[in-house]
Amino acid sequence: MTLAADEGLADFSNLLIYTAMAVYALTFVAYTAEWIFGSRSRVARTAAALSGEEAAAEPAAVPAQRPAVMVRKGGTTSVLERPRIVTRSSSPERDAVPDGPGAAGDDERGDTFGRIAVSLTTLAFLLHLGGVVARTIAVGRGPWGNMYEFSTAFSMVAVASYLGFLAFRRNIRWLGLPLVTTVLLDLGLAVTVLYNDSTQLVPALDSIWMWIHVPLAIICGALMYVGAVAAVLFLFRDRYEAKLVAGGQPGRFATSVLERLPSSITLDRFSYRINAAVFPFWTFTIVAGAIWAETAWGRYWDWDPKETWAFITWIVYAIYLHARSTAGWKGRRAAYLCIAGLVCFLINYYGVNIFFDSLHGYGGV
Amino acid sequence: MAKETVDQSTDEAATSGLSTAPVEEPEATVVAGSFGGTRQPGARGHLTWLGRELVGWARWFWRQLTSMRVALILLFLLALAAIPGSMIPQNNASTTTVQDFKERNPGLSSFYDRLQLFDVYSSVWFSAIYLLLFVSLVGCIIPRSWQFVGQLRGRPPRAPRRLDRMPAYTTWHTDAAPEDVLDAAHRQLRRRRFRADLREDAKPGWSHVAAEKGYLREVGNLVFHLSLVVLLIAFAAGRLYYAEGGKLVVEGYDFTNNLTQYDDFSSGPFYDTDDLGNFSFTLDEFHAEFTRSGPDLGTASRFDADVTYRTADGTERSTTIQVNEPLSIGDERVRLLGHGFAPVVRITDGEGNVAFSGPVPFIPQDQALTSVGVIKVTDYVGPDGRPDQLGFQGFFSPTYNIDEVRGPHSTFPDPDNPVLTLTGYRGDLGLDSGLPQNVYQLDTTHMEQMVDEETGDVFRFDLRPGESIELPDDQGTLEFQGFERWATFQISTRAGNGWALGGALAAIAGLAASLLLQRRRVWVRAHRHDDGHTVVEMASLGRTESGRIPVELASLAAALEPVAPMLPAEPEEAPGSDTSEESAAEGARP
Ligand code: HEM
Repeated sequence: MTLAADEGLADFSNLLIYTAMAVYALTFVAYTAEWIFGSRSRVARTAAALSGEEAAAEPAAVPAQRPAVMVRKGGTTSVLERPRIVTRSSSPERDAVPDGPGAAGDDERGDTFGRIAVSLTTLAFLLHLGGVVARTIAVGRGPWGNMYEFSTAFSMVAVASYLGFLAFRRNIRWLGLPLVTTVLLDLGLAVTVLYNDSTQLVPALDSIWMWIHVPLAIICGALMYVGAVAAVLFLFRDRYEAKLVAGGQPGRFATSVLERLPSSITLDRFSYRINAAVFPFWTFTIVAGAIWAETAWGRYWDWDPKETWAFITWIVYAIYLHARSTAGWKGRRAAYLCIAGLVCFLINYYGVNIFFDSLHGYGGV
Repeated sequence: MAKETVDQSTDEAATSGLSTAPVEEPEATVVAGSFGGTRQPGARGHLTWLGRELVGWARWFWRQLTSMRVALILLFLLALAAIPGSMIPQNNASTTTVQDFKERNPGLSSFYDRLQLFDVYSSVWFSAIYLLLFVSLVGCIIPRSWQFVGQLRGRPPRAPRRLDRMPAYTTWHTDAAPEDVLDAAHRQLRRRRFRADLREDAKPGWSHVAAEKGYLREVGNLVFHLSLVVLLIAFAAGRLYYAEGGKLVVEGYDFTNNLTQYDDFSSGPFYDTDDLGNFSFTLDEFHAEFTRSGPDLGTASRFDADVTYRTADGTERSTTIQVNEPLSIGDERVRLLGHGFAPVVRITDGEGNVAFSGPVPFIPQDQALTSVGVIKVTDYVGPDGRPDQLGFQGFFSPTYNIDEVRGPHSTFPDPDNPVLTLTGYRGDLGLDSGLPQNVYQLDTTHMEQMVDEETGDVFRFDLRPGESIELPDDQGTLEFQGFERWATFQISTRAGNGWALGGALAAIAGLAASLLLQRRRVWVRAHRHDDGHTVVEMASLGRTESGRIPVELASLAAALEPVAPMLPAEPEEAPGSDTSEESAAEGARP
């Protein structure tokens, strides 16, 4: 039964989502401003590092009077009165490449806009969260009963993980612009094409596993998404560094943008760590789904399209992890695999609900 | 992999075995077909040559199969091969959809049929891929398990000669004696639960501590892969030994778990139908609730089947089966699948005797439960006193409505305004033809449709519960007495479910250990420098490049400080500290 009060709450939820979208739009402007102002700073450190002029370009790297452990956290280097740790990675010629300073570069106005953007992101996130919570109360069940709700929850978790990384003082403000852009796209799609006021849950979906399987899928998907965005940026940045190594001269725009991103090694690791951490949870998501299918349909696995695509996604990520950890396939090929994994996830989520004939056809497009 | 950073001069032992990954063989050692030796003349020579050649090929093949590259290819193929099954209708999901597809695309279908594309997941090619993958997996994991056991028994590998080539490295000078530094390092490492070992270097007077930690990672990896094998076996067992049947039960009626009672039944090749559990149940009542307002008008919110079941030992219990809450009796599970209405009708024949009486399940066609069904009356005697047969077909609408487009139909799934709409036939139902007949369809080829005596139109009538109608030409009466609800149940059992669950949970635990833990080695070397100071060198090497490893090394170094305080000035010639590596310190990224 939908009470009038619930309908009022559902409308309120929609209002919050629309407001969040408006704030995300402002956020988008602020991040863009950060990038634009940041372009005034000149930070050609990569080329210097790769050509061996790093000592001049990077005064911080000149040995301190006393050796010290330098641990970089959140963009700052803390120098301790301790022995200094020298690290090497598997691509030694890139070891010296420093991380870019972030979108703002060393421009102060840019940095101000960056900070404004983060505040706005937080505000938009709170509105977004409020919308999802209001929806949950209005419909009296988990906020993932149809594709509209799934999409709003999905982008909410993606933003939450971004803010979470920032809260843990990880310097990932560079992720802000691509993230907010796609969140806006996702929400736009959700409120127009996918909108559905359905509150009901068909009895087959009324199960405790609904509260485990589906939210986990949303969380995993959102994190895989963040990992894939980093992988895409990695591909650009890697090409840029490779060009410099080869003695080429990338264009001015590419230089200006890519120079401010973290180094390819950092991007690659960031993406890998997210994906490696998500994989056990993604596995558990699939297992939870299988347990649920066993109670609801009497078989835990029957190659329903949704199951099949979850399996394909899982295998692609397994290939990614194998490739990364054993065959030394780091870098571009691993990045392609991780993007392919996300594409499989999206096919499973949008494609199967819309185009395939699946038992999971509750999508409510 | 870290291995790449270590140049050839580094002692192999230090870095080997850190991962259970198979070592990729250099391409040159696997030259197809040439396994050495020449063929001696005579039959014997021929045989030994053949034997050598066969063994050689078998070895080569096995090495290829268990290599990481082939495993990657097989995994890739598996993902690719799973795709067509999600796009082409599959027999395992619905044979009717497949039949439909075949009728619409006859040409394409024969092509698909030949490639087993309607049964992708049991096809030869799909099976071949995953079986090869699992052979590869076993061939890869088992030897490595032994190797790992060996490592557990052995001591942490000794330090490479040049520690400064390791992924994380530090060095400083101190006044403390080398033995004291090493002692302290050994203690520190032990306290941090490293397996640590004090060892002599090849260079006289030099020694170091070798330590290793994170073996659980390897255990996790092995457990994960072996669990995949358990999962596969459990899955296969479920395919071979299972029984699954469906039954429609009307309220007040019984079901006894017995092959003859099923509407449909299938089982795996190893399942013996004598194994069917000995139980029966009665559907006492079925409740359904539907939303009456808002955007979800008409969707179901609740289905409950109240049943009483009796087991072999004679106990009788009442319970409720819901959609996500099956009833378990022994190995069997009884699940609620669907529901509908069964109008109760009574038909008296031309002579006034009851020819038919009871509920007739009608099959829902839409969300509002517009249901179609047929009534077949076999023991009928016509007004002329001759035995004959009657058939009726039509609709049952729980909430009746009629319009020009859809004709009679239901607008809501609850029986707010139940109406039975029928037309009648008389003649041969065709039940004796020997051909199997669908109970929900009427074969009217040998029947004559009833016609209204006055208008000459087709005889079609609407009845509400309790109403009855005289059939034309004194053929008798049909009374719509009321209706019952029915529910369909699936009764199933499957081998290996417990193993599958256990395997899956073990796999997750293994994965978590394998992906979240770090396996790493730490070496601490201390020796006396020419100037009388002690040079301390520390290095660590991880399975994966983790930011935590340099941090850990830094904290170890800090812990050694009290024992080995650093001397202020760093001498120039500390091994390995050329400029390029100094700037690399910046690379100690979080
Ligand atoms: C069903 C197929 C398989 C799946 C889903 C799978 C999945 C995985 C995953 C998720 C990891 C963890 C990666 C990491 O430690 O970063 C892993 C590691 C590993 N896999 Fe597999 N695997 C499969 C088949 C195989 C096969 C066929 C082989 C043998 C050729 C194999 C050998 C290994 C090895 C040796 C590792 C450890 C890598 C290391 O220690 O660095 N796997 N596998």
